[in-house]
Amino acid sequence: MVSATTPAVFDVVVIGGGLVGSAIAYGLRDSAEHVAVLDEGDVALRASRGNFGLVWVQSKGMGMGDYGRWTLGSTRLWPRLAAQLLELTGVDVALEQNGGMIPLLGDLEVEARVAWMQRLLAQPGMAPYPWKLLDHHEAAELVPGLGPEVTGAIWTPVDGTVNPLKLLRALHIAFDRTGIRYLPHHGVQSIAQRGGEFVLATAKAKVRARKIVLASGLHNQVLGEQVGLHLPMAPQRGQILVLERTRRLLTTPFVTLRQNDEGSWLIGDSQEDAGYADDVVTLPVLATLADRAVRTLPALKEVRVVRSWSALRVRAQDGFPVYEQSATHPGAFIATCHSGVTLAAAHALRLAPMIGEGVLARELDPFSTRRFHVQKT
Amino acid sequence: MFRRLDAAATELSARTVRVTVDGAVLACREGDSLAAALLAGGSNACRDTAVSGSPRGPFCMMGVCYDCLVTIDGRANQQACMTPVREGMVVGRQSGAREVAA
Repeated sequence: MVSATTPAVFDVVVIGGGLVGSAIAYGLRDSAEHVAVLDEGDVALRASRGNFGLVWVQSKGMGMGDYGRWTLGSTRLWPRLAAQLLELTGVDVALEQNGGMIPLLGDLEVEARVAWMQRLLAQPGMAPYPWKLLDHHEAAELVPGLGPEVTGAIWTPVDGTVNPLKLLRALHIAFDRTGIRYLPHHGVQSIAQRGGEFVLATAKAKVRARKIVLASGLHNQVLGEQVGLHLPMAPQRGQILVLERTRRLLTTPFVTLRQNDEGSWLIGDSQEDAGYADDVVTLPVLATLADRAVRTLPALKEVRVVRSWSALRVRAQDGFPVYEQSATHPGAFIATCHSGVTLAAAHALRLAPMIGEGVLARELDPFSTRRFHVQKT
Repeated sequence: MFRRLDAAATELSARTVRVTVDGAVLACREGDSLAAALLAGGSNACRDTAVSGSPRGPFCMMGVCYDCLVTIDGRANQQACMTPVREGMVVGRQSGAREVAA
């Protein structure tokens, strides 16, 4: 247990205690002595508590090959992150990288998806990885009881899952073990920079820092404006159904259906533009999710739903991550992405050390906000 | 071991309903929930949890805690507190997570 002292000025303050901010703060523990994480309270948008928990590659990067490469790199770093967290905190985040599938119902879906995968991997900047189209029988070998309507599936060995709530918990325990100050109820209201030092006005006290990292999810658009980073964002709602725990049956996850390490089933992957309405679920969407899951795995008809929820994906306007150091406010970094789970390893082991050094590597250039400057918002 | 409150005892009919619990016959009162009947019959734990396998018994008695899960007539994960006892009911301990027949 490291004793956490409160310095007058923190070396780095990370704004946001979700998966993105927490992974970055954790990754800063060796390069910065005094690190604080400013978070909101229990009631916040918190994509980190509503997500699906995939560590996922296939389907990422259409339109930006560099994103595909960054994603694949993160999945290769994930075993190291999981091992570190287990050793430091005793929490096993249940990383499983046994491959994953996208289920395809009907010949049209099969043809469209195969063509899509070929286009995806042919893009400049993409890193190659193995994948194949499984027919019904090959997919049924991986999924006992696969529905007859499942014509095939795209399978790749690089996909997997983690338990996202255990991941968030492990990172927060790590704060405690390594002397990172976690300050809840410190939602940031405004940011000022004076003489190379940032002053953050929060719901509680003023907090001072030499460097700051904006990792506040959808709020990054508002905070970014205050440090010269213009980031158009568009929240996207997803709804999830949770089924009761059962004995483990599904060990190869689908992008839309998974069984977690403790036996709960998650059904998801809906996408809606619903503004900030994360406090309602809608029957048409939930019914569609349930229907597709039962067609994928008919045995689920007998398994009861115990919960459902909506959450908002954090997305820049084009859906790709944003990493940048402000040109007008040096020392202010921004990190925004949709896949805080998949990218947690890259954020902890690659991005955080760059922030510690004060310079982002050239490989992150494609992720700057400059790509929005010639776009219509 | 729980004991009935006198007031409840007088309000309930005294008609006996027999169920079997893990093969043994348990005499219950008509109108009891299965969870109440299990407690009155001296079994405080009716399931083993899905994750660690540790024993659990009825806690809230009002359908919220899901700690009174049992198998009833071959159906897994039934809430004993939400189920009135019925003559001939076959009740079993819920041992860990339920199976999914694939």
